[in-house]
Amino acid sequence: MTGYVIKRMLSIVLTMAVMSILIFWITQVMPGNVAYMILGDFASPEDVATLEKKLGLNDPTYVQYWRWASGMLQGDLGRSLVMDRPIAPVLWDAVSKSAILAGISIGLVALFGIVVGVYAGVRHGSRADHVVSVATYVNIAIPEFLFAIVIIMLFAGYLNWFPATGYSDLSNGVGTWARHLILPVFTLATGLMAHVSRLTRSSMIDTMQTQYVRAARARGLPERLVIRRHALPNALLPTITVLAIDVGIMMGGIVVVETIFSYPGLGRLLMFAIQNMDVPLLQACMIVITFVYAAANLMADLLYALLNPRVRYGRSSSE
Amino acid sequence: MAVAAASNSQARRRPLPASLKVGAALLFSIVVLAALGPSLSPYDLDAMQLDVRLVAPNAQHWLGTDEFGRDVLSRVLNGAQSSLLMGFGATAVSLLFGVPLGLVAGYYRGWADETIMRAVDVMISLPPIILGLLILSVTSPSLWKTVLAVGFVYIPIITRLTRSITLEVTGEEYIQAARARVESGWYILFSEILPNAWAPIIVEAALRVTFAMLLAAALSFLGLGVQPPASDWGLMIAEARPFINQAPWIVCSAGAALCITVIAINLFGDGLREALDPRLSRRR
Repeated sequence: MTGYVIKRMLSIVLTMAVMSILIFWITQVMPGNVAYMILGDFASPEDVATLEKKLGLNDPTYVQYWRWASGMLQGDLGRSLVMDRPIAPVLWDAVSKSAILAGISIGLVALFGIVVGVYAGVRHGSRADHVVSVATYVNIAIPEFLFAIVIIMLFAGYLNWFPATGYSDLSNGVGTWARHLILPVFTLATGLMAHVSRLTRSSMIDTMQTQYVRAARARGLPERLVIRRHALPNALLPTITVLAIDVGIMMGGIVVVETIFSYPGLGRLLMFAIQNMDVPLLQACMIVITFVYAAANLMADLLYALLNPRVRYGRSSSE
Repeated sequence: MAVAAASNSQARRRPLPASLKVGAALLFSIVVLAALGPSLSPYDLDAMQLDVRLVAPNAQHWLGTDEFGRDVLSRVLNGAQSSLLMGFGATAVSLLFGVPLGLVAGYYRGWADETIMRAVDVMISLPPIILGLLILSVTSPSLWKTVLAVGFVYIPIITRLTRSITLEVTGEEYIQAARARVESGWYILFSEILPNAWAPIIVEAALRVTFAMLLAAALSFLGLGVQPPASDWGLMIAEARPFINQAPWIVCSAGAALCITVIAINLFGDGLREALDPRLSRRR
């Protein structure tokens, strides 16, 4: 197990290193001249040349990469071109807001996904099970951006229960803060709930047919106890790892959801960087997203290995 | 639902799954509508009628009009081509690259396998939509670039699947026989292994089409895919967003078209999975 953990950690470091090269290289070929972006379109060629020299834009790419990457490692994320200020405070503020959004969503996904999945799985083949299956099937066909717009239309437009977009700071009162969060959280959570409940359901169905569940029933245990003490702990193994994977998937979801709801998080910052060709900001956002995604996947793998002693490193390649 | 699949011995006589029939029928009608779209449309795609802006569905405009007075029905019909092209085109791109890479990795193993799988690891270290954004942010967006980018994003999944099937098939006796006959590696990969590995790959590809379609729609929605004034469902939804309360029919029409298409392909893919590979269907 320790060997496996070390090996996975190393592979994450390697992946991050390769990914940082890729992100740096891709953003280097982006259209637009950085010096002109800072000085404005009407800057004199001399000024541009001076600034390019100062910023080291004429250095070989690998020198520029090294400067950027070593800065990143020391926590220096560079300066935003468009906002003309250090990226770090802006980025960490956005990350913390996204973390609130994603954290609440993943909590709800875990809670409702598991409850619905277990409910449907235990009643496998019943009408309730069919309703859940059809609902998850339809849910998967509805993209997040469409779902978000439809619920804005319903709950903000017609019913006027919640604000359509925006973010309110906690200092403006918990109520206002929560009202701004409800629709984006609902959108993010609904998409992934189908994922979790479907997996929990099939895992529950499999578990309910195992020998030990039958043995527990044969001993005359009440069905509630059979489910709670014998079936659930085993059925939830894959669910826990899927929740870790979902944290990673959410990194993609927040881009769409934050854009639609004008929520000032990491996803919207990324879109801002892309739309304004703010290369340093784009690089910083990408690195943070890659890191969270990689960490979530690592956690999923480790949890899976930890919870399931049958999984040992090396066997996965012969699957 | 698929657990009920019959045992292998009965597989041949099993009737086609209902989901396959329904999905195929729906998909067929959508493809026909997409093909005939331009000639079926009651109005010219880009014809702006400024006197009938944001008009609710009526006898002249069955699905209403948009903010420029363009007929929504015509645009939804024409958008089918764009969505289908992106879904199937991107999947074709993933197959074109993913299948050969997976075959090579699984059959030759060694350094080729190691190199390909490490590259795959890097590619899946970003969420699909972020990878798509990263690729598309570099160039000026267009339809075919979106197709390529989305196809590229899903190469790793096809590669991994093909590789794992190749690993299984390579152990079979007929491969050893082909090796004993000193057949060329090319021949073994494409004439011996691929014909025996295609069923699960096709099933996966069918389901991949919807992921590709939804990802492409999301990218168009974010402004990095298909560009105006093209008629694309993701783009239509983005353009209609400021008017959702005055003109909900635009978002609803384009959204419904997208969802129905996705459900049709998913039904078709699930049905295909049941029909071709009962072993796979149990995993669900």
